[in-house]
Amino acid sequence: MARSMEKYLRPEVQTTPFCPGCGHGVLMGSLLRAIDQLGLDMKNTLFVSGIGCAAWIPSPNFAADTLHTLHGRAVAFATGAKAANPELKVIVISGDGDLASIGGNHLIHAARRNLELTVICANNMIYGMTGGQMAPTTPQGHLTATSVTGNPYRPFDLVKLVKGAGAPYVARGAVTRPYELIGYLKKAIASPEFAFVDVLSPCPTQYGRRNKLDSAGAMYERLRGLCQSEAQGACAPEGAEDTLQLGEFND
Amino acid sequence: MPLTTVTNPVKAGSRYLSGNDAAAEGAIAAGCRYYGGYPITPSSEIMEYMSRELVPRGGAFMQMEDEIASISSVVGASWSGAKAMTATSGPGLSLMQECLGYAAFTETPVVLVDVQRAGPCTGQATKVGAGDIMAVKWGSHGDYQVVALSPWSVQEMFSLTVEAFNLAERLRVPAFLLAEEATGHLRERVDLPETLEIYDRDYVPKQPPFGCDQADGIPSMPGFGMGENLLVTGSTHDQWGFRKTEGPAFHDSLVRRLSQKVLSRKAEICRHEGYYLDDAELVVVAYGFTARAALRAVRQARQEGLAVGLLRLITIWPFDDELITRVAEGAKGFLVPEMNLGQVDGLVRSAAGDTPVKSLTQVNGSTISPASIMAALKEMR
Ligand SMILES: Cc1ncc(C[n+]2csc(CCOP(=O)(O)OP(=O)(O)O)c2C)c(N)n1
Ligand code: SF4
Ligand SMILES: [Mg+2]
Repeated sequence: MARSMEKYLRPEVQTTPFCPGCGHGVLMGSLLRAIDQLGLDMKNTLFVSGIGCAAWIPSPNFAADTLHTLHGRAVAFATGAKAANPELKVIVISGDGDLASIGGNHLIHAARRNLELTVICANNMIYGMTGGQMAPTTPQGHLTATSVTGNPYRPFDLVKLVKGAGAPYVARGAVTRPYELIGYLKKAIASPEFAFVDVLSPCPTQYGRRNKLDSAGAMYERLRGLCQSEAQGACAPEGAEDTLQLGEFND
Repeated sequence: MPLTTVTNPVKAGSRYLSGNDAAAEGAIAAGCRYYGGYPITPSSEIMEYMSRELVPRGGAFMQMEDEIASISSVVGASWSGAKAMTATSGPGLSLMQECLGYAAFTETPVVLVDVQRAGPCTGQATKVGAGDIMAVKWGSHGDYQVVALSPWSVQEMFSLTVEAFNLAERLRVPAFLLAEEATGHLRERVDLPETLEIYDRDYVPKQPPFGCDQADGIPSMPGFGMGENLLVTGSTHDQWGFRKTEGPAFHDSLVRRLSQKVLSRKAEICRHEGYYLDDAELVVVAYGFTARAALRAVRQARQEGLAVGLLRLITIWPFDDELITRVAEGAKGFLVPEMNLGQVDGLVRSAAGDTPVKSLTQVNGSTISPASIMAALKEMR
C-alpha cells in the first residue's frame, strides 16, 4: 500500500492478513483512496464487516470505528448502528459468501429499506477463509472444495439481485481496474441512499489453485478477460455466462 | 454518577395496563432509544407499542427481517450509544442465540424481553409456558453470563424492564425480562412512579473498552463516533479489541472475567421475596406467573394450619444458589412448581443439600392452579 494511505491505518498494524496476490488488498487500497479523495471524516465513519477474509479489510486495519460482527450479519448490525446514530457514515465491507449466502436476506432487505448504507462486496466467487468451498457466486461448472466435479448450480448476479431489491445505486468494479473501481466506491460512499458495489477480487489461494490458474498473475489475466467494462445503464445480457459487465447499473 | 433519579417520562400514577404495554413503557422510562424486532406471538404488542412511541420521543424503530437481524441491529445501535432492546418469544429466541453470544462476548448492553409460550418448536403459539429458562442462559455456545428477571405482575413488567436496562448498562451484559404469556397478556392495575432510578453507561474517554485490571472488572463503555477508533470483534480480543486468537492466556482470562463480573456481584443483582418463611417447614420455590398461584396456595395452607412458605425468585440468572442453601437449612422440603419439565427444579436440587425437593411440572399450555400446588403440598407432608 502506498505510504500516503498509511494515515488511515492503525499504527499497531504491520502487514495485511491477505495471501500474496489476493485481490482484497487491492480493494482495501482502493477504498482508502476513495475515502481520501472524498475527504471523508474517519472520526464519523463506521466500518462494519462479517466473517471471512474480506471482513478483515477494515478490521483491525482502519484507524476508525470498526465493528467486526458475525458471519452474514454485518448489514443487520449496520442497520441498527445507522438508525441509532444517523450522523454516522456507515460502510459495510464483506465477502460474497457473507453478504450473499448466509447474509443474503439482510442484503436485499437493506436495499429495500433504502437506509443510507454503503455495502461493498469483495466478491472472489468462493469461500476463501474456510478453504475454498462453493459460494452462491461460484460460476457454474467451476471447481471448489465442495464441487470437485464442477458447481452444478447457477450463481447469483449480485448486481441484478440488489438492483431488483430496490437499491438506487448499484455498480460492479474489479480490482484489475482500480481507477474505475475508486470512482464507483466514491459515488457509493457519497450517496445519501443505499448503495452497493460488487467488486471482483481474485482469490489465488483457494480459487485459482483449483481452477488451473496456478499463479496470481494467471488469475488476474482471467479476471481481465471476464470483465467487460462500462455497461452504461444495463445489466449483463442474458446468457452471457462467462462475461461480467462492469459499470454502474442505474436507471 | 451513572445512577441518577429522573422524572418518569411515561404517565405516572395509577393505571390499567397489559403486561406487554407495561414492559414497553418500562423500556421508554428506562431511556430506551432503539428497538429492533420481528413480530411473534405473544410478544408483538411490545413491538407495536415501540413502533408508535419511540420515534416521537427521539428514538429509532426498525422492523427487521428476522430475529437474528433484530438482535444484531440492537447490538449495532447499542454501540452507537443508544440504550437498545428487542422482544420475542421461543422461536425468535432460538434464532437470536448466535448474536446473544456476540453481545455477551463484546460486553454490549442489550435488553431482551422473552414472553415465553408453550414450546418446543412452534408448540402452542398462543399458550403459556416457561420453557426458556435454560435457553436464555445456555442457548449460545461457550461460557458466558446473562441476567434474567422474572416478573409476576404487570407492575413488575414495568419495574423489572427498568431494572433490566439498569443491569445491562451497569454490567455490560445482555439482560432478559423473562416473562410468560400469562403476564404479557394480563391486564391489571399498576402504580407508575413519578421518578425513577436510571443507570447510564459508564464512559471514561480513552480507557480500554474491553478490559481492566480486576479479574471481575467492568470496562468503560464508549460508542461509535466518539473518536475512540473502536475495534469491536466477536473474536477473542485484548483490552483494546485487537484479535488475540492464539495465546491461551487471553482467552482464559477474558472468558473468566466475563463470568466473574456477573457472578461476583450476585449479592447486588439477585432479588427475591419471602412469604411466611420464618417458621416454614415446606417451602414453595416459585417464579413468574406461577408464583401467584403459589402464594394463594400457601395462604390457604396456612389457614389449614400447615407450616408452609413461599420463596419467590425475581432474579433467575445469575441463579442465587446461596439463597436456596440458606433457606434449605430451616426447611424440611422444597416444592418447585413450573410450567416446564423441571428447569429451575434442577438448580434448586443442586443447592438444597439434604433437603428433599419435589418437582411439580405442567406443560399443557395453561397456568398451574393453586389447587395443584395445594395438592402437591399435602402429598409432601
Ligand atoms: C454461522 C457461521 N457459519 C459458518 C462460519 C464459517 N465461515 C467463516 S468465513 C466463511 C466464508 C467466508 O466467505 P466469504 O464471505 O466469501 O469471504 P472470503 O473469505 O471469501 O473473503 C464461513 C463459511 C461462521 N464463521 N459462522
Ligand atoms: S484465502 Fe483467498 S481470499 Fe483469503 S486471503 Fe488468501 S487469497 Fe485472499
Ligand atoms: Mg468469498
